[in-house]
Amino acid sequence: MSDATATPAPPRRRGINLHVLGPLLALIVLIVLGASLNSNFLSAGNVTNVLARSAFIGIIAVGMTFVITAGGIDLSVGSMAAFVAGVMIMAMNWLIPVMGVNWGVILIGMAVALATGFFAGWLNGFLIAKINIEAFIVTLGSMGIYRSLVTWLADGGTLSLNYDLRSLYRPVYYDGPLGVAWPIVVFALVAILGELAMRHTAFGRHCAALGANEQVARYSAVKVDRARMATYALLGMLVGLATIMYVPRLGSASGSTGVLWELEAIAAVIIGGTVLKGGYGRVWGTVVGVLILSLIDNILNLASIVSPYLNGAIQGVIVILAVVLQRERKAAE
Amino acid sequence: MTEPVLALDNVSRSFGPIEVLHGVSFDLRPGEVHALIGENGAGKSTMMKILGGYLAPSSGTVRLDGEAVRFADLREAEAAGIIMIHQEFNLALQLTVEENLFLGRERKRGPLLDHRKMQDEARRLLARLESDIDPRARVADISVPARQMVEIARALGRNARVLIMDEPTAVLTNRETDILLKQIDRLRDQGTAILYTSHKLDEVSRIADRVTVLRDGTKVLDAPAEGLTEHRMAEAMVGRELTDMFPDKPAPGGEVVLDVRDLSVPGHVENASFTLRRGEVLGFAGLVGAGRTELMEGIVGLRPTTGSVTIMGRPLKPGSVLAAREAGLVYLTEDRKEKGLLLGKNLRENLTLLALDRFTRIRIDKAAEDEALSRAFDEFDIRAGDREMDAGNLSGGNQQKLLLAKTMLAEPDIVIIDEPTRGIDIGTKQQIYQFIRRLADGGKSVIVVSSELPEVIGLANRVCVMRRGTIAGELEGSEIGEDSILRLAMGLGANEKVTA
Repeated sequence: MSDATATPAPPRRRGINLHVLGPLLALIVLIVLGASLNSNFLSAGNVTNVLARSAFIGIIAVGMTFVITAGGIDLSVGSMAAFVAGVMIMAMNWLIPVMGVNWGVILIGMAVALATGFFAGWLNGFLIAKINIEAFIVTLGSMGIYRSLVTWLADGGTLSLNYDLRSLYRPVYYDGPLGVAWPIVVFALVAILGELAMRHTAFGRHCAALGANEQVARYSAVKVDRARMATYALLGMLVGLATIMYVPRLGSASGSTGVLWELEAIAAVIIGGTVLKGGYGRVWGTVVGVLILSLIDNILNLASIVSPYLNGAIQGVIVILAVVLQRERKAAE
Repeated sequence: MTEPVLALDNVSRSFGPIEVLHGVSFDLRPGEVHALIGENGAGKSTMMKILGGYLAPSSGTVRLDGEAVRFADLREAEAAGIIMIHQEFNLALQLTVEENLFLGRERKRGPLLDHRKMQDEARRLLARLESDIDPRARVADISVPARQMVEIARALGRNARVLIMDEPTAVLTNRETDILLKQIDRLRDQGTAILYTSHKLDEVSRIADRVTVLRDGTKVLDAPAEGLTEHRMAEAMVGRELTDMFPDKPAPGGEVVLDVRDLSVPGHVENASFTLRRGEVLGFAGLVGAGRTELMEGIVGLRPTTGSVTIMGRPLKPGSVLAAREAGLVYLTEDRKEKGLLLGKNLRENLTLLALDRFTRIRIDKAAEDEALSRAFDEFDIRAGDREMDAGNLSGGNQQKLLLAKTMLAEPDIVIIDEPTRGIDIGTKQQIYQFIRRLADGGKSVIVVSSELPEVIGLANRVCVMRRGTIAGELEGSEIGEDSILRLAMGLGANEKVTA
């Protein structure tokens, strides 16, 4: 180590700590608040309920973290989830006469969901990275396209999974290893792998470089287009994974499936401290963001102080506060 | 003789600890075209910005009509009739010509815009410049010289008494330049004071009444243009003595490591061919805009090209920076803030970005990265207050050293360094020169692109001079000199005297 490092660092740590701890503190405050308002809040049933419901948005939000960190945005994920669910249900229903009601059908359905999600995400990425259309425009377009496609596939109504198959598939949402529901397990795995990928792999580093300054990345021999497409394809695949967890819950898909999921996912990413214009992202923050959003919803439903109808308003305030916090960090530097 | 309208009185300006303008006095008179020339980094831009109200002097006074003034910002300067036209235009591309002309001072009738009045006025302004630009055209749709005209019309519309033009002809063709010079003549006749900078000395002799030469932040010449030859101007610009800033340069070894044949970068470079030998430092000189940077970016795959690049006998896959790096060729950009470093990221992440795969086996090895940073600190004498600080908080010189360290981490055989010492102090410059020499002595090959002639002359074994997108000539050994380089760069024939 050289002598130069002995020089004292400029004092700027406090702002960063607040920035790092802010979302965590908010989460803790919410948990304490929830526990003091309702004794059922910390019961196993409620905790499982909150976590399992968070899992869909959470899995998608982890993918969204990569997209936003790389300087992109994806508005289509809610519609994409509905479309993937529709395709998955149709594929499984179509296979039942051929294969009967068994796990083979469900596994093929899962593969179809992952593949459909991957392809849909890849297409977004291709249009954005290779054809050079703005991410906002591309995904605004595909948001409308997927929403409309699923409505069309359902002929304006609902696509329902075959009743027998649904009974077989149901445990994927409600059961799991050691009594922990599968969505929670999968969400935890996705979050851990995502955090590792963001923090400790070249892919994560490249995403941040891309979002911070695409030119620098290009001049540093980063395959800019490929990395950008990879973020969207990854997000698409995670949408497929979330759908796999979602379908057994209701066993159906319609034009109103997954409405506003994209905004919830983006809000969770921002609350978690990822910078909206890219260059810096953290997956654990996103997980905290998702939990904060679900807890607000849950507390409003359990306690009768504030009407649950105000849920959206409170979440909105939190998102704006989170961004104000980001700005204060910048000003402090 | 008329009284000066705008003058500097013993003005200095520092950026941080570095003073870039040392006690310059200067005056600008109505009805006079005053050319300001000097090498890059001589302090021209700083001086123009002080005159135009963008920068305040660190010491000394700016005088308007003999009165000391201090402009708070450029709006105040514009209100006083001082208008500066930048090299990069200050126009809103999506708005029409007319909207641009009246931006910020729209003509109104009641609460509504008075479109008819603005259009009439716009037409009148453009007619004064004998320009047939349609005021309703979007600026994005008109040509670059037409935009230049719009800028001038805007200045006229604001009743400019002083017009400051920063290399207005750098983007123009010869014919367009002729038109512009005619307009400048007309403005002079109308009594406008014009400050004009250009690297093209023939233009300066044609248009200027008076010439001021800056060198290293000091005024070295202030004389009537009449009787001042181009040779004399060039001499005054570069006339600094070459001290032992530069290490000795032994003759390069042997085989050709890089062979560029008929390389074209559409719109910038045509059919450039040259070779580079092991252990050689090859200089690339030329005026700004001659296509040097574009050629180098084309070679390493940052721009689409036609032609061939061969490294150690193997053809290089075009269009891939990664392929170039793997073949041992790296390019160090001239624009370290926008293209070289991630200013908001820490030193470690910046250092390893180019060679990240060397630190990665699925996971990034952060301990190895830290070690590399320590080594870079020692080897390149990077002075950082704190290992965790952002690259953007380093001084310019240390940023440049970090960029060098980052590039060398890829262990290249051939290094292209574009403007190795732009905007850094003299001590760091010398360190970088020695580093480049060490590279060559160690068997690597280096291309140095530089607009600073002493740098090219002091470092290079051989110099290619570019002019308007082609390699105008190659100089070796004792042929290398300021005079010979400038002659090629400005397109004067080999036998033609610079004074012609």
